Order: sequence, then structure tokens, then C-alpha cells
Amino acid sequence: MPIISIRDLAVEYDGRRVLDDLNLDVEPAETMVLLGGSGSGKSTLLRQIIGLERPKSGTVLVKGVDITRCSPAELKKVRHSLGVAFQSAALFNSLSVKDNVALPLREHTRLAPSIIDLMVWMKLAVVGLADFAKLLPQKLSGGMKKRGAVARALALDPEILVLDEPSAGLDPIVAAELDELILLLKQAFQMTVIVVTHEMASAFRIADRIAMLHEGKFVAVGTKDEIKASQDPLVRNFLDRIPERIANATAVAAHFEKYLHSQETVQ
Amino acid sequence: MANLLEDVGKKTLDELDYVGSLNIQLWSTLHAMKSALPLIGNRYRWQATVRQMFQIGYEALPMVSLMAISTGFILAMQGASELRRFGALHYVIDLVAVGFTRELGPLLTAIAVSGRSGSAFAAEIGTMKVTEELDSLRVMALEPIEFVLAPKYLAALISIPCLTIISNCFGIVAGGLFMFFSTRLAPMLYFRYVMESIALRDVITGLVKSVAFATIIAHVGCLEGFRVRGGPDSVGHSTTTAVVKSTFLVVVADAIFTAIFYFTVKS
Repeated sequence: MPIISIRDLAVEYDGRRVLDDLNLDVEPAETMVLLGGSGSGKSTLLRQIIGLERPKSGTVLVKGVDITRCSPAELKKVRHSLGVAFQSAALFNSLSVKDNVALPLREHTRLAPSIIDLMVWMKLAVVGLADFAKLLPQKLSGGMKKRGAVARALALDPEILVLDEPSAGLDPIVAAELDELILLLKQAFQMTVIVVTHEMASAFRIADRIAMLHEGKFVAVGTKDEIKASQDPLVRNFLDRIPERIANATAVAAHFEKYLHSQETVQ
Repeated sequence: MANLLEDVGKKTLDELDYVGSLNIQLWSTLHAMKSALPLIGNRYRWQATVRQMFQIGYEALPMVSLMAISTGFILAMQGASELRRFGALHYVIDLVAVGFTRELGPLLTAIAVSGRSGSAFAAEIGTMKVTEELDSLRVMALEPIEFVLAPKYLAALISIPCLTIISNCFGIVAGGLFMFFSTRLAPMLYFRYVMESIALRDVITGLVKSVAFATIIAHVGCLEGFRVRGGPDSVGHSTTTAVVKSTFLVVVADAIFTAIFYFTVKS
């Protein structure tokens, strides 16, 4: 039985359809990568999966609960089994890294402070931030912030780990380190991982399956090999880095001439 | 004409939407506020409340005190210049004492806190929204209303009446200093006259107003923060709007309260 099941999901913003009749199943302990270009709807789909937005139609079942229609109490319960690391890391700037990771433990468990400290240290050690526990987030580099966000997402040992653009804005070495961290986490904790990214190298390194989005629709869903072998033009364009729009020097020159002509007419 | 009607209708709907949002936020906060109370609530929320009380109350103390002293002097001097002509200089004491406890103490404090803390609430919450911190609270199954707003509101409800009492005292002391230097009225005698001129009702009236002002400042500031859309520039806009709207609403509420108290005293 899939741990996440999306059926006929449609999302609209101001009458503009952003996600169009999406269907997807994510199996337990699977790493599903949502791949796609900018504006393809990846992050919107992610916000639906974590229950931050309501769709126009369709359902999103997380552990059997339809989070698009459930009560706030049920949604809260589902969220206890979700760990989310946002694209901007979203660490609380007023709290140290350690307190950021401790926050969900303090709020949702009755553990003694000494146990919470130990657990926080363990989570930070997993992501390689144990020596930076007392620092405020603004003192950390981009990669460290993202690892801090992953540590916080892991705090309650969630069944599902959701990562939004984990390698965006990072240099290739740090991005590769994060990929290895995701693989390690999956191996160590057997959790379901959903990663939103547009970095192909990262996607092919960490994914069990890839779902590729284009203009709010899935154009391909399959294993890494299936996606690599796909002959769908949209998939091929993305994988082979073929741009949809190429700047045309003649068209630019024509626009410029037209502008100059209009200016002369005004004078 | 059609455009004008359309604009008026849109503006009216926007204002109704704003008032509705304020009401919903107020009731949600009242519902969540028990978590911020000491002993029966959440320990971390109460700690956040104390931190907020420090920022709203203690840090505003020098500013509020200076404003109260200056206004006390101004009121006494302006009153004296007119009342002296009628040989009624002693009425300056009533003017300052009653004026401050009923009106100026609560109003001055509210304006000072609105400028300091109302804007800070909007900026803090707006930044949290832009940096996805509010979303990360939600996915950690923590309600921003309970986590962010309730401590601020409780802190404002405690700090602003306390600041109002201090403002009253400094204003009255300033009046006493003026009377001492201008008429050599002994301080003890001045304070005896002050105690005779103000009634308990005046003090309660001022405190009721200050509680209403605290509600306006906290909720307008926080709502402006929650309504931030887009990037950092909208945080700046929401900060300005928070100060303008809360100051305006404080003055309107003051007029309504004064009218209510005036007519109930007459009857």
C-alpha cells in the first residue's frame, strides 16, 4: 500500500491551472524525486503533499488520510510523521541551531531536557553540525543551514522526509555532500524520501523513482533507467539541456530598430 | 461612474475583509492564549511572553517616561497660562491629574508602543512568512497563532497597562514640578490635591482603554505581518501600514471609549 497517494490533483491560482490532474503513488521507504524546470509546479505539488495548501480538486492521501479534507486534528497527527526541510532552510533566526532542532522535541514529546539534548546532538552529528550547535543560523553557510534544516526535519524520526530543492544555490561539492547525506539517511532510517529538485545529477544519484513535471503535468514517471531511456521530447529536452526558447539575434535587432523608429517618430 | 462604484465597492469589501480577519485572529488568539499563561500553559510560551514583556514594556520605559514628563509639563504650562487669567491656577492640578489618568497616559503610551512594538510585530512575522518560517511551524504541527501571536498579545495585555500607570505617574510628577517652580506649592500638598481630584473610576477608565489599545496594537501589527505577500519590500510596507493603522484605530477607539464614559457619567 502506498504511503502517499495522489489522485486527480488539480491546483489553480487566480483561475490559472498550475497542477493538472496529477496521479502518483509513493511506496514506503522509496526515494521519489520530483524533477522539473522552473515554474513546472514541483514546489506547488510539494506544498500539497505537506498540507500547506488546498487543491481545487483531487485527493492527497498520506498514510491513508486525505489531507485535503481532513480535520485540523487529523492533519496535525499526519504532520507528526512528516519531516520537511524547506528550500530556504527556514531555520528560526532567533534560536540557535541546537534549539531549532530541539523545538519539535520540546513541543511534541515529554522527554527530559537531558534526553532532548542527547537526541539533538545525535541528529546534528548525523548531518555533521555537532560542532556548530550553539551558533545562530545567520552565522552558518548556505550548505550548513540546509543540513541544519534536515537535522530539524529528522528530530521526530519521521516516516516521510520531504526536501525542497536541497542543493539549490550550493556549490557542486556541498550539493554532492547533501546527496550522500540523503542516501545515508535512507539507508539508516529506512524512511520514505521525497525530493524536489531540478538538478539532474542529484536526482539520478539519490532517486529510486523520478516523476518529471512539465507545466503542471507529469510527463514521465519511472525508475532512473526508464527516465534516462525515455524518448519523450520534453524529457529528452530536459535531460539533454535543450532550451525551449533561444535568443534570436535577428529578432533582437528588429525589436531595437522598431524602438528607434518609434522614438524618431515621437521627436 | 461605473469605475467609481467599482472602486468604492472593492475598497468596502477589502475593509470588511480586514475587519473580519482581525476578528477571526482575535478569537483564535483568545482560544490559544491559555498555552501562554504561567503554570497552566506551555513553559516555552510563557518564557516567550516574558521576553516580549521585556521588549514591549521595559525597553519602552525611557521613551514613555520622557514623553509623559514632557507632555505633563506642556499640559501644566498651557493650562496655567489660561487659568492664571481667571485666578484659577490651582485647577492645573485637576487638569494634569484627571487629564493624564483618563486620557493622556493611555493614549501617549499606546502611540509610543504602536510605533515601537506594532511595527516590530509586523516586521518579525512578515520576515518569518517570507523566509518560510511560518510554513515550517505549520508542518511541525505548531500553530503560528499559538506559537507567535499568543505570547505577543499576552505580553501586550500586561505591559501596556503597566506602562500606562507609569506614564500617569510621570505626567503627574511633571505637573507637580511645574507647580513647585511656578507657585512654590509643596510637593506633599500637590499630591494630596491630586489624590482628591482623581477618582478610582478615572484610573479604571484609563486602564480599560489601555487594554483595548493593547489589543489593537498587537492584532493590527501581527495581522499586517501575516498578510505579507511576496518579498522583503512587502515587509517594509506592512511595517508602515501596521503603525499607521494601529495609531489610527487607537485614536478612534479612544474617541469611542471617551464618549461612552462621558455619557455614562452624565446619566
